[in-house]
Amino acid sequence: MLGYALRRLAGAVPVLVAVSIFVFAFVRLLPGDPARLVAGPDATAQDVALVREEMGLDRPIWEQYLRYVGQTLQGDLGRSTKTKLPVAEEIGQRFMPTFWLTVVAMVWATAIGVLIGVISGVKRGKWQDRLGMVFAVSGISFPSFWMGLLLINVFSVRLGWLPTGGYTDWKSLILPSFTLGTTVAAILARFSRSAFVEVSQEDYVRTARMKGVPERRVVWHHTLRNALIPVITMTGLEFGSLLGGAIVIETVFAWPGLGRLLIDSVSYRDYPVIQALILLFALEFVIINIVVDQLYAVVNPEIRLR
Amino acid sequence: MSLSSAANPTLLRISGLTVRFGDFTAVESLDLAVAPGETVALVGESGSGKSVTSLAVTRLLDHAGGRIVSGQITFQDREGRQRELTTEAPEAMRRLRGPEIAMIFQEPMTSLNPVLKVGEQITEAIRLHQGMDGAAALAEARRLLEKVRIPEAARQLERYPFQMSGGMRQRVMIAMALSCRPRLLIADEPTTALDVTVQAQVLRLIRSLQQETGLGMIFITHDMGVVAEIADRVVVMRRGRKVEEGEVNRIFAAPQHPYTKRLLAAVPVLGSLADQPLPVPFPMPDAPPPQPLDTVRPEAEPVLELRGLTTRFDVRRGWLGRVVGRIHAAEQVSFSIRPGETLAVVGESGCGKSTTGRSIIRLEQPQSGEIRFAGEDVTVLDRQKEARLRRGVQFIFQDPFASLDPRLTVGFSVAEPILTHNLLQGRAVQDRVAQLLTQVGLGPEHARRYPHELSGGQRQRVCIARALASEPRLIIADEAVAALDVSIRAQVVNLMMRLQQEMGLAYLFISHDMAVVERISHRVAVMYLGQVVEIGPRQAVMNDPQHPYTKRLLAAVPVPDPARRGHDRGLDDSEVPSPLRRPDDMPEVAPLVPVGPDHYVARHRIGGLY
Repeated sequence: MLGYALRRLAGAVPVLVAVSIFVFAFVRLLPGDPARLVAGPDATAQDVALVREEMGLDRPIWEQYLRYVGQTLQGDLGRSTKTKLPVAEEIGQRFMPTFWLTVVAMVWATAIGVLIGVISGVKRGKWQDRLGMVFAVSGISFPSFWMGLLLINVFSVRLGWLPTGGYTDWKSLILPSFTLGTTVAAILARFSRSAFVEVSQEDYVRTARMKGVPERRVVWHHTLRNALIPVITMTGLEFGSLLGGAIVIETVFAWPGLGRLLIDSVSYRDYPVIQALILLFALEFVIINIVVDQLYAVVNPEIRLR
Repeated sequence: MSLSSAANPTLLRISGLTVRFGDFTAVESLDLAVAPGETVALVGESGSGKSVTSLAVTRLLDHAGGRIVSGQITFQDREGRQRELTTEAPEAMRRLRGPEIAMIFQEPMTSLNPVLKVGEQITEAIRLHQGMDGAAALAEARRLLEKVRIPEAARQLERYPFQMSGGMRQRVMIAMALSCRPRLLIADEPTTALDVTVQAQVLRLIRSLQQETGLGMIFITHDMGVVAEIADRVVVMRRGRKVEEGEVNRIFAAPQHPYTKRLLAAVPVLGSLADQPLPVPFPMPDAPPPQPLDTVRPEAEPVLELRGLTTRFDVRRGWLGRVVGRIHAAEQVSFSIRPGETLAVVGESGCGKSTTGRSIIRLEQPQSGEIRFAGEDVTVLDRQKEARLRRGVQFIFQDPFASLDPRLTVGFSVAEPILTHNLLQGRAVQDRVAQLLTQVGLGPEHARRYPHELSGGQRQRVCIARALASEPRLIIADEAVAALDVSIRAQVVNLMMRLQQEMGLAYLFISHDMAVVERISHRVAVMYLGQVVEIGPRQAVMNDPQHPYTKRLLAAVPVPDPARRGHDRGLDDSEVPSPLRRPDDMPEVAPLVPVGPDHYVARHRIGGLY
């Protein structure tokens, strides 16, 4: 198990190296002077010269790369051309709101989504299944900005129970995480239903019934554990993409997250921020993949012991 | 015996049972009775309703989408109460499954839960039904594993199913089924997926456990050889109906119903051609007895020659993909096939017979050795050689459904080799397809059908027609009839032999079924752990096997004759070792030693058992 975990960790190293090369090359491969790109559209010639020296653009390319990696590892990601603040600080402020929004949304969405999926799978073709799938289809097709606006209208404007937006206390988390999670829960419900139905036709589920195992145990112990493997993959992917920031929901709820930072920095051509965000998103996916692989191993002994 | 043996109280009595799936009637007015200690074999081909009957008795039918339309299933439980299983509540049925009625399934590879330890899976039933605590249940599970002769039982309890062989898994299934001392055991094709030596071991085990515990058994099978080994009474089913029932010796000696007669006639009996050096097609009812076929042209140059063909698969592990082991799938395999000749390659799973076939047409890449096709060295392929090889050698696979594209019509699949090799154009292609389909016993109208509209036998005929389309000289048939019902199997084997006679085809017939091999082959090569251990004329190898493994293989084949049951045929419980070796541990390979005309045998130590 430990060996497996270490192998997975080691496997992440080349991915990170590749991403860092890509990000490093990103600014240098764009047409135009990289120093001007980094310094920003309204920098003076002096500023550009300063940036050029700071980036070491007169040095050999491998030295520039090593320098970039070294700085990155020390948390020095450069300065935003828009706010002139260190990029690390900029992203640091925006990361936690996105993180909390994602975690809260994912936790309830996974629990509810899998539960609906299992119930629909067990009660295949019955009213519970239909109801579950009505939820799933509406959850996927209902535009989240519209749902967000409706929720604000009801709970904030009319009832006045919850804030209309902003990142303040736990109350401000409820509406955005609900909106964000609904889509995920709907996707996971569909996904876990089909995984569950597939596994419930396996021979070993029949074996369990033949042993006289109570139906509840057949479902939760024998079927679900095997059905979880594809569900874990899907959950990991959703988690990763949400950690990249949910642009629509952040906009509707005035949420100061990474999604809006990305949009802002792209429209302002704030290259140091864009660069750092790409690196961050890649890192997030790598970490999530490692976690997902570990979860596979927990669920499936064949992976763990191979 | 049969129903009149009223001295023995009936354990299970099915009367007038009808089961439907939607509008389809799977079982119709079936009557059946099982007494304690009795084994009733339920025999029939696929779709005969034999498995559905077992689902009805256990009421697993509720989960399979079928329903009992009429009839009774009366079961006498441990307390002597008569239980009506068709109307028992689901919860009451659950309590019967395990302690009263247990079942062993066909597929040991998929019937155990892959994420749970073997120990947990066995103890689950014990804890549920006997209320034992964890430690006591584990001790009981260990006792059971020892009883089904699993070595190092204590250690095996900690393992997962994927760490065990098929035979070991089936023993675990048996241990699990017997864990609550059931009174009725239903075994649904329990040995069909197993190798023949393992099948013999498992059958012997089931028989001895039954004698010990006196349980009643319904044994579902399509294999008359297995029936002869194990049954007291036989019920023959066809299309959901019972067509004949009787005591086992009577059924084999004097079958009454035409279907039973046909079924028995189609059963290949090993040793029936002991006096005949040439292949003979299966006899067909209402047809004159078949004549031996002399199709080999001994003077002709061999179609295929293998010299020292070696294919190994590296097992890599770790981040850098270090080679930690090698599977020696085919090790220094040499043989040749002449035009019109059938060379059978026999052996058990993992012996390398399929790899050898696949290496010839480069579905696997051999490491070394020489392959000559029609006198040409095709070991190293350039574009033209490859085209010639792929046209001249065709392959027929085991599963006729999986090897046809479900979205293409039969006509398209058969036409594809013609188009690929650019043999004909335009209208001529369709004519050729029609001709090929007729040649394999189908009609030109089948060209427009899709695979799912055809039966298994018809699909395999399509695969044969496709193989013939490029006018090959050699056909490699990898377990080509293994998935077919007996009567269909006989027809397809006869078809292959007829085609050989008409076209002078050579066959490399890869099979584990010794009785079919006896019918079709001129020569036999026996493979064990990647090596050919014996090769020679069919009559010599089968009548007078020289290698201990050949002897063991032949001894394990069930004899479809209940009169010859039970004599000890020198079986042991040893497992065939794995062809996986450490990278530095090369197996010993030595030339075979001649022991008769054209008959060679390995005298060196192969590793493992011999």
